Amino acid sequence: MRAVTRVQGRAVVLDRPNIDTDQIIPAAWLKRVERTGFGPGLFIAWRADPAFVLNQPGAGEAKILIAGANFGCGSSREHAVWALQDFGFEAVIAPSFADIFRGNSIGAGLLTAQADEAVTAGLSSALAADPGTEVVLDVSERTVAVPAAGLSFPFALPDYARWRLLEGLDDIGTTLRHAAAIADFEQRRPAWLPRTRPFAPASA
Amino acid sequence: MRHRNRIQDQSADRMSGALALHAVQVALDRRDDGGAHQNDSRPAGVMEHGRASSAGRLLDKIWERHLVASPDGELPLLYIDLHLVHEVTSPQAFEGLQLSGRTIRRPDLTVATMDHDVPTLNPDGPITDPLAAAQMSRLRANCAAHGITLYPLGSPEQGVVHVIGPQLGLTQPGMTVVCGDSHTSTHGAFGALAFGIGTTEVEHVLATQTLRQAKPAAMAVTVDGELPPVVTAKDLVLGIIAEIGTNGGTGSVIEYRGAAIRSLDMAGRMTVCNMSIEAGARAGMIAPDDTTFAFLEGRQHSPKGAGWERALDDWRSLVTGDGAAFDREVRIDAATLRPVVTWGTNPAQSVGVDGAVPDPASFATPAEQQAAQRALEYMGLAPGTAMRDIGVDTVFIGSCTNGRLADLRAAAGVLRGRTIRPGIRAIVVPGSARVKAEAEAEGIDEVFKAAGFEWRSAGCSMCLAMNGDTLAPGERSASTSNRNFEGRQGPGGRTHLVSPAVAAATAVAGRFAVPGDLDGAYGREEGQ
Repeated sequence: MRAVTRVQGRAVVLDRPNIDTDQIIPAAWLKRVERTGFGPGLFIAWRADPAFVLNQPGAGEAKILIAGANFGCGSSREHAVWALQDFGFEAVIAPSFADIFRGNSIGAGLLTAQADEAVTAGLSSALAADPGTEVVLDVSERTVAVPAAGLSFPFALPDYARWRLLEGLDDIGTTLRHAAAIADFEQRRPAWLPRTRPFAPASA
Repeated sequence: MRHRNRIQDQSADRMSGALALHAVQVALDRRDDGGAHQNDSRPAGVMEHGRASSAGRLLDKIWERHLVASPDGELPLLYIDLHLVHEVTSPQAFEGLQLSGRTIRRPDLTVATMDHDVPTLNPDGPITDPLAAAQMSRLRANCAAHGITLYPLGSPEQGVVHVIGPQLGLTQPGMTVVCGDSHTSTHGAFGALAFGIGTTEVEHVLATQTLRQAKPAAMAVTVDGELPPVVTAKDLVLGIIAEIGTNGGTGSVIEYRGAAIRSLDMAGRMTVCNMSIEAGARAGMIAPDDTTFAFLEGRQHSPKGAGWERALDDWRSLVTGDGAAFDREVRIDAATLRPVVTWGTNPAQSVGVDGAVPDPASFATPAEQQAAQRALEYMGLAPGTAMRDIGVDTVFIGSCTNGRLADLRAAAGVLRGRTIRPGIRAIVVPGSARVKAEAEAEGIDEVFKAAGFEWRSAGCSMCLAMNGDTLAPGERSASTSNRNFEGRQGPGGRTHLVSPAVAAATAVAGRFAVPGDLDGAYGREEGQ
């Protein structure tokens, strides 16, 4: 996974709470077997409205999405993260995120910056005054700034998520360092636990 | 928020989603110094979450027995007992394994089926959607290459993944169960820790049989007393979600407790746990008891002989100890619950079938007012309209929420000897091929067909409308599924979530109705 230390660019505001993954990418788009190509499906129903924020001039270059609370609720589809990334978003700022969406984001390298409503409101005001103004998120410092407006706010990001983003780590790689502990655990599992087929250990 | 009178929130201060996240943050901070010591390992079984009085809760017991390692600076590593796989969220995970040259660690703890985009009409014929066909053929190839048991379309055990796991006896108390589907919370009905994961995590579980997870907070939802006879498990869980909100469970695992929960059969318990995710919870769970054991005994993968006795001894220990404290506790009086229907575009926006569309102005905050206004515009509803005056175009009975034999029996009980209102499209999609066969053996299919329902084959169908079973723009449905999000059942479709009994009564009346309405005697306490 590519390391994410800083996200810098144009931002758009989608000020609605409870934006669910069916809005981010509808189920009809989940038939692809690749991780790419989901951008055209992002918020597709809402994009039918010419007034929708992503239809405004310059929105196509946006890297940062500022949204309402409980962003990403609903389905576990990681396709929602891929769609945001495929469109060009590298970070989402919201007062809160749904658990599965947040986990998926970190796994795929999309920065989910949790910020108080006062912060998202402050950012929104700055963007209302100048929609093209640059917004900068610093993963290491956990800050979001609007340099032209002289604004800087903190955001929350769990330490482990911060570390993974900064290092661009592959979780499987770090987990496999504990292969001995996993094998030891397996020796201790009760024999009556169900198996889906006769046991045949995978070759190493 | 309505129904406030029936609830007592026992936490010192209501634990908001933000606070729950904060709790996770604190837990992480205690083990984390920015990753400099990630190579240090500590003995398995050591937990450092800094929560008082956490010992002895069902969540803790299952968590501790699955903790492989809790390395400094990393999330705890949890062993996964059962990994359920389906065609839609797995292809990219298998591809990732292939690209990195990794193998599947435990194909014997992995099982796959096809459910999300399978056709429910003519399932034995050629699959006409080339993208769906490609996904299914990819799953076949992946399972064959890695030695994973697959119940494909046409198999007598094929079905919605959360219906077949319990049906096969694969879901058992005390286990950890994951699947690339948010409704994996269903399996918590057996006293398992079961939650949905994304595709990157699917790949992680395939490769390592473990998952990295911050320990969630433990939340109790206690439903005291006895459910009124017309109130079903679906009404119960929609009532809970209306109370705590769509993010009321964020960062938490909900343990459902109390006499009303104990009185539910396994199908009802699965309905309740299934919709935990609609309250934002990581998972839902119900401690196993004799109802659970009776369901499991004799199933294909249940322990047999001496193994069954050993398992029973173990399972009986899977209860939250007396006096254990929860991070948050909510109490609800079952007697105040009633049959409900959603009016908006999230599952918390519901009202009694005997109620009316709310006025957005009646909500407390400007944000809630705006959300309600927006929902009513999408749903094409005016404030004050009686739910019983709202007509529907389509009725859908099925899904991982309400597609089990008990659900079909409940609906058939309402439909027996009746016919649906002309012009309504009504379809019933059994949750699995086996549910379909068992229903047919009981003659339930004939009841549905005689009433005017289409009797389909198993799959997720109109719950998420991937397979071509969809609403047309502007069409209104009464659906036994779990999500009423905008466009969930097709672009522009308007979904109202209901129980199977209300769905059946609504199909007959042509507008929202409870079974008692069909006799012109709503409120009489009769069974269904």
